[in-house]
Amino acid sequence: MAAIDIQGLEKTYMVGFWRKQPKCALHSLRLTVEQGEIFGFLGPNGAGKTTTLKLLMGLIFPTAGCARILGREWTDPEIKAQIGFLPEQPYFYDYLTAHELLEYYGQLSGVPAKNRKRRVEEVLRQVGLLEVRGVQLRKFSKGMLQRVGIAQAILHDPSLVFFDEPMSGLDPMGRREVRDLMEQLKLAGKTVFFSTHILSDAEALCDRVAIIHKGRLRGVGAVADLTSSVQGKVELIWQGTQVPASLKLLGVECHLTGDTVRAVVAENQQDAAIDALRRERLRLIAITPVRTSLEDYFVEKLRSAETTAGRTA
Amino acid sequence: MNTRIAYIASNTFREAVRDRVLYNLIAFALLLSGAAILVGQISIDIEKLVVINLGLTAVSLFGVVIAIFIGIGLVSKEIEKRTLYTVLSRPVRRWEFIVGKFFGLAGTLVVNTFFMAVGVFAALLYVSHKFVRADALILVALYFIVLEFLIVCSLSLLFSSFSTPLLSAVFAFSFFVVGSFAEDLRGFARMAHGVTRWLALGAAYLVPNFSALNVIGSIAHEQPVAAQLILQNTLYALFYAAMVLSAAVLVFERRNLK
Repeated sequence: MAAIDIQGLEKTYMVGFWRKQPKCALHSLRLTVEQGEIFGFLGPNGAGKTTTLKLLMGLIFPTAGCARILGREWTDPEIKAQIGFLPEQPYFYDYLTAHELLEYYGQLSGVPAKNRKRRVEEVLRQVGLLEVRGVQLRKFSKGMLQRVGIAQAILHDPSLVFFDEPMSGLDPMGRREVRDLMEQLKLAGKTVFFSTHILSDAEALCDRVAIIHKGRLRGVGAVADLTSSVQGKVELIWQGTQVPASLKLLGVECHLTGDTVRAVVAENQQDAAIDALRRERLRLIAITPVRTSLEDYFVEKLRSAETTAGRTA
Repeated sequence: MNTRIAYIASNTFREAVRDRVLYNLIAFALLLSGAAILVGQISIDIEKLVVINLGLTAVSLFGVVIAIFIGIGLVSKEIEKRTLYTVLSRPVRRWEFIVGKFFGLAGTLVVNTFFMAVGVFAALLYVSHKFVRADALILVALYFIVLEFLIVCSLSLLFSSFSTPLLSAVFAFSFFVVGSFAEDLRGFARMAHGVTRWLALGAAYLVPNFSALNVIGSIAHEQPVAAQLILQNTLYALFYAAMVLSAAVLVFERRNLK
């Protein structure tokens, strides 16, 4: 049983004041997320990530299509007891303290009264807010509110957690902690579905990713597969500040950093480049095949989408 | 009551208290004590009449203003601030949210009315130095005022579920004002002819009949209220509020949250 099975989910809004025009925010999305994986939903701002999450949460209604979550219809309210959700830039009842807010959400999620207090304190400790549990949320910074958001999403120990831009507003330390938390969730057998436009986070965390752009799915795959395709290039790094003339003749672009030089050459030029370095008695430090990064894959998908759109127009 | 509804109601009540809504009681207390002292000095034999009229009218107006100003933001504010996202992504049905909000606001108004009622009786004691049996009738007037609040709460919630706070306030106040003259509107409809008659009749039955719930004048004159009227008003207010609340649920169930 898949954790999430989206079948042709589509959302069209009517925009304009007098003469309303249809605007498709999401085009017939088909996507499956397996249980126990960390799945990254990537796309630039306005790509349709939040629309997808809001559809799955039942906050907006689809124009067409349906979905199953943990084997049940996504519209079934009871399934939400097994789901955690962190919205983008979350805002909470600011007259409550962090403890009161989580207590309230625990009540709504059906966390048994006898365990509630202990569980609330546990998650507050987990997100580093235990010390400020009695402070009203109106006094919290953006980063602290994001932590409250994460706490409320995992409070009821859900099997599936949706995070919409979870790193937003967090400092480097906070981002690291959220990454660790996601890994802990995965280790505990939970499924994590998170949207982001920060590719380094996705590359570091995700088992699989999907790329969405202008409401259309542009690609899905395991991060390892998407980033392991060798580009037919090698990176050479040698000590010194000197670039052999023969390398320049080969048209190789070199970058000087401190007392090392980095150059990327085609695989068929590799031997010639190494010979040139030896002749100049330069000390070679590393030879590494260049692999596609998630960013390369992402940019390529977006560019090809733009090209296709341009041709169609 | 469904426990989730109770939790939402209790949080709504807590919000009202923390937003210092009950501070209106201070203004009410000042108004009433000032009026009691003043009428004690300037009126002869009608101090009690003035205090009951003024006190109960103030209870009603303060409550209606609170019901409208809190009620119009109950749904729209949650959508605007997106606090609803983390509520509706839990096993909470949309109708439970609306009903919970209604009970929370109604609870706030009942507590507020209780304290204002204490103030009215205190002012009455100040001007007449003792209570008489007829003073118990004030409780009936207060009960009708609470019924009035239930209707205003439901109307505010209905408008809040599809409109902006400003428009919701305009709609709710209009319904309150027109509803306060519902009997006159019905009288006018009976005298009118043709389309005007039907329009006036439609409007008269569409707006809540607040005239029937207003017994302040007769109670100030110590006229008893028939048990039948109490029953009729109770059933009418509960039915009207339930219908309006159902409409609010129907609208909200279909609403896309921005």
